[in-house]
Amino acid sequence: MISFVAKRLWSGLWTLAALITLTFFVMRLVPGGPFSKNRKISPEVQANIEAAFHLDEPVWRQFLRYLGGLVQGDLGPSLRFRDYSVNDLIGSGLPYSLTLGFWAILVAAALGISLGMAGALRRNGPVDWATGAFGVMGIAVPIFILGPLAQLYFSLHLGLLPVSGWNDGIRSLILPVLILALPNVAYISRLTRSSLIESLREPHIRTARAKGIGPWRVLRAHALNGALLPVVAYLGPATAGLITGSILIETIFALPGVGRHFVDAALNRDYPLVMGITLLYGGFLILFNILTDITRAWMDPRLRHG
Amino acid sequence: MARSPFRLALARFLKNRMAVACTLLLALIVALCFLGPLFFPFTGEDSDFDNISAPIDLFSAHPFGTDDFGRDLLVRVMEGGQVSLTIGFLGALAAGVIGTLYGAVAGFAGGRLDRLMMAAVEVLYGFPYVILVVLLSMLLGGGNIALFAAIVFTLWLTPATIVRAQAQSLARREFIEAARAGGMTNTAIVLQHIVPNTMVLVLVYGSLLVPEVILSESFLSFLGIGIKEPQASWGNLIEAGTAQMETDLRLLALPGGLLALVLFSLNFIADGLRDAFDPKERL
Repeated sequence: MISFVAKRLWSGLWTLAALITLTFFVMRLVPGGPFSKNRKISPEVQANIEAAFHLDEPVWRQFLRYLGGLVQGDLGPSLRFRDYSVNDLIGSGLPYSLTLGFWAILVAAALGISLGMAGALRRNGPVDWATGAFGVMGIAVPIFILGPLAQLYFSLHLGLLPVSGWNDGIRSLILPVLILALPNVAYISRLTRSSLIESLREPHIRTARAKGIGPWRVLRAHALNGALLPVVAYLGPATAGLITGSILIETIFALPGVGRHFVDAALNRDYPLVMGITLLYGGFLILFNILTDITRAWMDPRLRHG
Repeated sequence: MARSPFRLALARFLKNRMAVACTLLLALIVALCFLGPLFFPFTGEDSDFDNISAPIDLFSAHPFGTDDFGRDLLVRVMEGGQVSLTIGFLGALAAGVIGTLYGAVAGFAGGRLDRLMMAAVEVLYGFPYVILVVLLSMLLGGGNIALFAAIVFTLWLTPATIVRAQAQSLARREFIEAARAGGMTNTAIVLQHIVPNTMVLVLVYGSLLVPEVILSESFLSFLGIGIKEPQASWGNLIEAGTAQMETDLRLLALPGGLLALVLFSLNFIADGLRDAFDPKERL
């Protein structure tokens, strides 16, 4: 098990290194620079600005300089938000993004698994039917439609919750978290339902029942572990989806998180900020993929030697 | 005469009422988007300055009204649908073809080449999807083609891993050995034996790619990175609609509703295909 974990961490590190290198050079290949969109400035001023940010150096020198900073935990200055470093920007946005992501994944897992279980245990019952309808909605209506509609109905018409921003404590979190979680609730409930149904059909469940074990114990001790494997495997892709979703949600609800900066930074060629956010998101994604693999290996010993 | 497995699967698919209904619904929407604009004397980019922000009036020149530039909403939504649907189907096709070839080669070759090719896939999986798409579409200079290429480039990974697993098990089968003994080259084996044998799998999982591509396009256009005004796509129509939803919900409801219907029906079609073709269900 330890060697499995070490192997996954090692390959994750390589993936991260490749991610940093690729992003850095792809960024520089993109036509247009961070200061070419500004009002006309004299060539001398332009040259001075570029020299100040070392943009006049050959790209490989810039890359080494970036790596040097990275090793010391310095992500460089932001080119667009003058006087702010990327560390400042990410540091100020990260707590919000993490809170949002944490609650969204918690809600998605809790709600998705319980709805899926309810559906599997009472097939074609009202809960199953409602979950199915709800699941279809979660897949068919993208969050960039659902978000604005929720704002319109719950905030503007009913006045129940704040429209946007992060000034009302938990109340400003309710809509963003629920909407970010919804597509995952839909998917996780479907996944749990189908795999639990399959798992309940297996011979070892029949044996357990025949021995006279009560239904709850059969579920908890025998059926659920196997049934939740695909759900755990989905945790990695779910994280990827949450990252994409959080960029949308932070834009729609004007939340002061990290994702909000990304599109802006990319369009304005704010190289260090794009790199910083890529590194952050990529790191998270890789970490969660590794955690997923480790959890699966822990739940299913067959996967440890693959 | 015994019926071919494909015919049997098709018969199973046709028995699935929901899937058939969704196929018809999708065909209807496709026909609406591609044929509908022909019945109007103007395009979605023409402004009618006498009818700015006209409301819904089914018997007027603008059945679903106009936006604040006086452009016909229905025609814009249909033209946006052409863009979104074309990108969706072509994108899924391209991602499917690239993924199939890549996965077939990796799975068949095995050994070092396989490890190298799959390591590349692993690295690309580590890329947060949005970031890759945004970077690529910028690298390729923006515009529709760049957007398309970027979406395809981020979505071929899943078909590649699925096909690779299949190719790996196919490569050990006797008929491949026989083909090799008969003097077939590796390229010919991959193209004539491995790829055709993964086609069903690709069809089933490729059908799930279509909604994903459509979603990607509209999501990027929503953020302002994808299709840009004045050209319409469902994504940027929805974006424009949310900006005005307080005063005029119809600008959001029409493109949003059609997008949801398309995603809804594609989802059930994919389910139907999986149920009809998946070997697990064939018992």
